Amino acid sequence: MTPTIFEQVQGIASDLFGIPAGQITRESSTESIEAWDSTQHLNLVLALEETFSIQFSPEEMEQMRSIGSTVKLVENKLQNSPR
Amino acid sequence: MSSTPKIRDLRKEADDLIASGSAELAALRLAELWRGESGAGTAAFVVSRYEKLREQLPLARYRLAILRSFTAEPAVPLLRAAAFASGIDLTVQLGDFNAYPQEILDEQSSLYRFAPDGVILAARTADLAPDLWNQYADLSQPAVAEAVQRVSKSFEQWVGAFRKRSSAALIVHSLEQPARPSTGLLDAQSGFSDSGFSQSGAIQQINQELRMIVAAHRGVYLLDFDALVARHGRLRWHDERKWLTARMPIAADQLIHLSREWLRFAVPLAGKTAKVLVVDLDNTLWGGVIGEDGMAGIQIGAEYPGAAYQALQRALLDLSRRGILLAICSKNNLDDALEALQNHSGMLVRPAHFAAMRINWHDKALNLREIASELNVGVDALAFLDDNPMEREQVRTALPQVNVIDLPPDPLDYAATVRDVPAFQRLVLSDEDQQRTELYVAQRERSQAQQSFQSKEDFFRYLELEAEIAPLEPATLARVAQLTQKTNQFNLTTRRRTEQQIAELAARADVQVLTIRMRDRFGDHGLVGITITRDESEICEIDTFLLSCRVIGRTVETAFLAHVASSAANRGCRQLSGWFLPTKKNAPARDFYAQHGFQLQKQNAEGSFWTLDLRQQTIAMPEWIRLKINEGARV
Repeated sequence: MTPTIFEQVQGIASDLFGIPAGQITRESSTESIEAWDSTQHLNLVLALEETFSIQFSPEEMEQMRSIGSTVKLVENKLQNSPR
Repeated sequence: MSSTPKIRDLRKEADDLIASGSAELAALRLAELWRGESGAGTAAFVVSRYEKLREQLPLARYRLAILRSFTAEPAVPLLRAAAFASGIDLTVQLGDFNAYPQEILDEQSSLYRFAPDGVILAARTADLAPDLWNQYADLSQPAVAEAVQRVSKSFEQWVGAFRKRSSAALIVHSLEQPARPSTGLLDAQSGFSDSGFSQSGAIQQINQELRMIVAAHRGVYLLDFDALVARHGRLRWHDERKWLTARMPIAADQLIHLSREWLRFAVPLAGKTAKVLVVDLDNTLWGGVIGEDGMAGIQIGAEYPGAAYQALQRALLDLSRRGILLAICSKNNLDDALEALQNHSGMLVRPAHFAAMRINWHDKALNLREIASELNVGVDALAFLDDNPMEREQVRTALPQVNVIDLPPDPLDYAATVRDVPAFQRLVLSDEDQQRTELYVAQRERSQAQQSFQSKEDFFRYLELEAEIAPLEPATLARVAQLTQKTNQFNLTTRRRTEQQIAELAARADVQVLTIRMRDRFGDHGLVGITITRDESEICEIDTFLLSCRVIGRTVETAFLAHVASSAANRGCRQLSGWFLPTKKNAPARDFYAQHGFQLQKQNAEGSFWTLDLRQQTIAMPEWIRLKINEGARV
């Protein structure tokens, strides 16, 4: 079964922030996840760009403040991309 | 796409194995995970798990400082994960953003306090030469020439200052060319050097100067960053948005290539090199199965599909010239395989290129063990190339120390895969490296001859052993450092040293660095042993005594020790002393001091300390060795 985009983002965030995937919800945010600092934010952006072959604009990078908003951004990008 | 079910299972398997205390198996899963999915998320996971296992695994430790003019943070976990998977526990310190000149020049800087083993200087053209990068079209020719001078001078100053303050290895990035030269097509039309520099010509000239600076210093290496960027495509390499928002100039999917390039330096520097490449035959060295398809049926030659295998054979010959021994481990009928190797017109490698062969129907792990012992190397010095994933997995499980290379499905990718293996990288090449295969073939003839003699002594006399002892010379420095880094078995203290450290020792009046060369009727062994001794108040202490494994047991070690003892006595020393520091591999040297009349003085957790009273005792020189002493001039 192919994992959903949420599950994939969850997996990446779990690796990067060092917390079990089950504890990462759409509500998890830069406020609630201690390890989500500016360095890890850049790593998250890079991991998502690499995994989904997409590119975020500087404004979009700013909007990624929670897992929910991040998943939504990825989904929008994948819908609008030609592939 | 990442996070496939299989990959997620590997994470769980690794965690379960860690929880149950199976460190080696857990490390295998982590390495497999990393090979299958080399991204930022996996890197963080792999690093965090290896950190839990570091005490239980035979990892080489290496401290690497990275001086940089850009955001390199995201490349660090990628580098560390790859290093762990290559058996290296890499501690990385990133220098402050753009602070590299101060860090190099200031002796008290965090760079030197970190006490690195190696340092990477990664500065971008845009930061070092902003005028050449951004305003080339505005510059007059004298201003261009001045910029070239200024940047070259800076490099010279930094490298020189670094060498005065540290004996660590230094890796300097070359400068990259712009993807779009500011004068467009004119850049390629305009002159180079005498008629004035084009933009790319000016950057090329700096890189040329940098090459010369690097060559003039020991332990300083060039990382051809421009070639790295070109290899992966300039336009794909850069990410202008990340540069403007996060000072990260490299695209997300290209960062892995930078970390891999860094790893290619870290692996030889940390001593994690492979000395032998053991190859399978059918469907690896040629297409098809010789026992079924026959000479006319196998694929090897200049045309497709045989060309893919010829390209791999060409890569193997290149490795052999680099001093890496080739060996065969194949499930085959010996006669069929030899017939193909000897007589097939498309074959580039021939039996004489292989230092050892196991062509039989035995288990491959068993054969690999035998090859290692025949060539006198540890199993961890072997790399293994086989098209069959089952064989690879079996070898990995049975012998986790072996560097098992994963071949991609398409044979056209085989050669590149082998060329990219970091364990085959070398940063210096000695004469011995280039002749190594011939040395081992002579060794095989020697051991065949040995069987026809009754006593060892008769065999030694027949060998007509000649040894030459000389002080360290500039020409032998690279080999001496290499031997301290690579010799594991007959090595009493296993103290690893860089060229720079050896040169510093040899310059001291109280220290003697001696080398020994050996030849016999079958050929020249080259430079095979080193001693480093230090005199202090009439006591000569042996800091280092080591001998290349291929000459152990020929009594040359006795001759060398006898010379060390007699020359110490001649200098007025009354005692010769030395430590034996045991490792997992140096058992062959354990009884060396006891066998030569030394007394055990003390023993602790680190090892045992031995002394010889030079006023009462001498060490007999073996009569079958003709010894030549070259007094030479000190370095």
